Amino acid sequence: MMTAAAAALLLLQQVPAEGTDWDAEFGVELKQRDPVTGELPVDPFHQSNANAGAVPYDSARLVHDFGGREGIARIAARTVELSEADPRIAAIFAAHDTVRLKRTLSEQFCYLLGAGCDYTGRDMKTSHNGMGVTKADMNALVENLQAAMREEGVPFAAQNRLLAKLAPMSGDVVEP
Amino acid sequence: MTMHCSCLLVLSQMALGLTEVPSSPPSAPPPSIAYAPVLDADGDAYAQPMIAALPLTHSTEATRRALQSVTATNAFSEDGGGLRLGKVRLLKGGKLLLTNGVTTVEGSSGGGIARWATIAGRQMPGGIGLSNHATAIELPDFGWRSFGVAVGFGDRLELSYSHADFNTRDAGALLGIGQDYTFNLDTYGAKLRVAGDVVYGDPWMPQIAIGIEHKRSGDGALVRALGAAEVNGTDYTLSATKLLLAQSLLINGTLRYTKSNALGLLGFGSADDGYKLQFEGTLGYQLSRRAVVGAEYRTKPDNLDLGASPAWMDIFAAYALTDHLTVTAAYVDLGSIATFSNQRGGFLSAQVAF
Ligand code: HEM
Repeated sequence: MMTAAAAALLLLQQVPAEGTDWDAEFGVELKQRDPVTGELPVDPFHQSNANAGAVPYDSARLVHDFGGREGIARIAARTVELSEADPRIAAIFAAHDTVRLKRTLSEQFCYLLGAGCDYTGRDMKTSHNGMGVTKADMNALVENLQAAMREEGVPFAAQNRLLAKLAPMSGDVVEP
Repeated sequence: MTMHCSCLLVLSQMALGLTEVPSSPPSAPPPSIAYAPVLDADGDAYAQPMIAALPLTHSTEATRRALQSVTATNAFSEDGGGLRLGKVRLLKGGKLLLTNGVTTVEGSSGGGIARWATIAGRQMPGGIGLSNHATAIELPDFGWRSFGVAVGFGDRLELSYSHADFNTRDAGALLGIGQDYTFNLDTYGAKLRVAGDVVYGDPWMPQIAIGIEHKRSGDGALVRALGAAEVNGTDYTLSATKLLLAQSLLINGTLRYTKSNALGLLGFGSADDGYKLQFEGTLGYQLSRRAVVGAEYRTKPDNLDLGASPAWMDIFAAYALTDHLTVTAAYVDLGSIATFSNQRGGFLSAQVAF
């Protein structure tokens, strides 16, 4: 008899209204991609070229070796693509905004190589905070960047000069 | 049971305001379970759970690794190869090419004749790696063959063993120790990285390692007759190694506190000479991810007063044919050995590392 009563009560329950905004109901903030750039918004931060993490080179030769700004942009985008497809580190990229990353990484490379861009992204510590990146992940990313630079025909010594700017940042990226 | 259910149906219909309780006609199938019509009402919608099961995405790699089951049902891991022993990765690799160095004549990760601060094997922190090598040196009057194995624990510790045969060929007869007399040497090495990283971090902060090499000559009576004080001996080393990316240069320096005579082939020390501080260095230029060329220099004592030259030198080229196989070819100048001068020749070494 008790079961019967309970079932009756159950049937009396109101079905929640169609189209309930569950995210709002549970306090989940939905980020909207920017309709123009396709990027997700990030928390406010102080914008500065210092966020790029190193002092740029000043060498027209080096910029030329990288195929100018277009070459650099292709290398940055390709590095992200290769990493998204790399089973070793894909999981780390899956949960992040790689649309933005392609742009900001390209800006960072462009700035560091002295190709005349400003870096508008966050500093390395903030961008990788809590990501759990290991040295093995770092090596995987370096290999993908090397592959991207090879595809673009960047001479090896020039490749190493970019890596020379990035390698010291590992302390801010890799979780101890 | 049937009673219960029909009564439930009745109750619910009453609650919904269907006051007219129909006396179920005999033709109609007896209602079996009350909620069946509700479930059926929307067919497919209920075939799927209301909320699609979200795959558990652990926010960070670290969390994912921490949550990994300790005992793998299958030792062959699914992600990235290698074996697994609990949480320890065996032979999984992960190092950048050539950053495990090649193998020295004493079986340590390094250049051909100079020890480096690098750790043998391709493992990353938390992993265990393995490195094997075979080396041959052909000189005008002597021949060297060595082989060995090294185990690397993370980026921290290297344990190595190497065995060397040094064939005196015709020189043996001339020296009165017999044609083709072959000296034997076993080297047990240990190396501990104490600071720094060969690639990452501050460009002026090298990877620094301390180590020992315990050597045991297999020719006790003979090396004593030649004047050596001991048959076994231990070298102590302090190494610093860095890849200067901006210049594509690999720089290495090692201080060795040793009493070895010709690496220990001719025993250790003498009546009036013991430990001395020696230096060995490497300068390499990285041509590509896979290729490096360079030169090495290593000073050594002449405890036995055999007129041995004060230093060995070589120029080398190392090439990583695959992620695992590295070959090294060098031109070595070992100066004067046991009164035979101008010992210059070829060095060839193969290393297989995981
Ligand atoms: C020194 C090496 C590295 C450099 C110079 C670097 C550079 C950058 C830059 C410039 C950003 C963009 C920051 C922004 O948009 O505000 C970024 C974000 C990111 N990086 Fe790295 N990175 C490095 C290593 C790594 C590694 C090893 C991984 C993982 C394998 C990684 C994964 C990511 C991800 C997933 C983001 C997106 C963060 C987000 O927008 O939520 N990075 N990195």
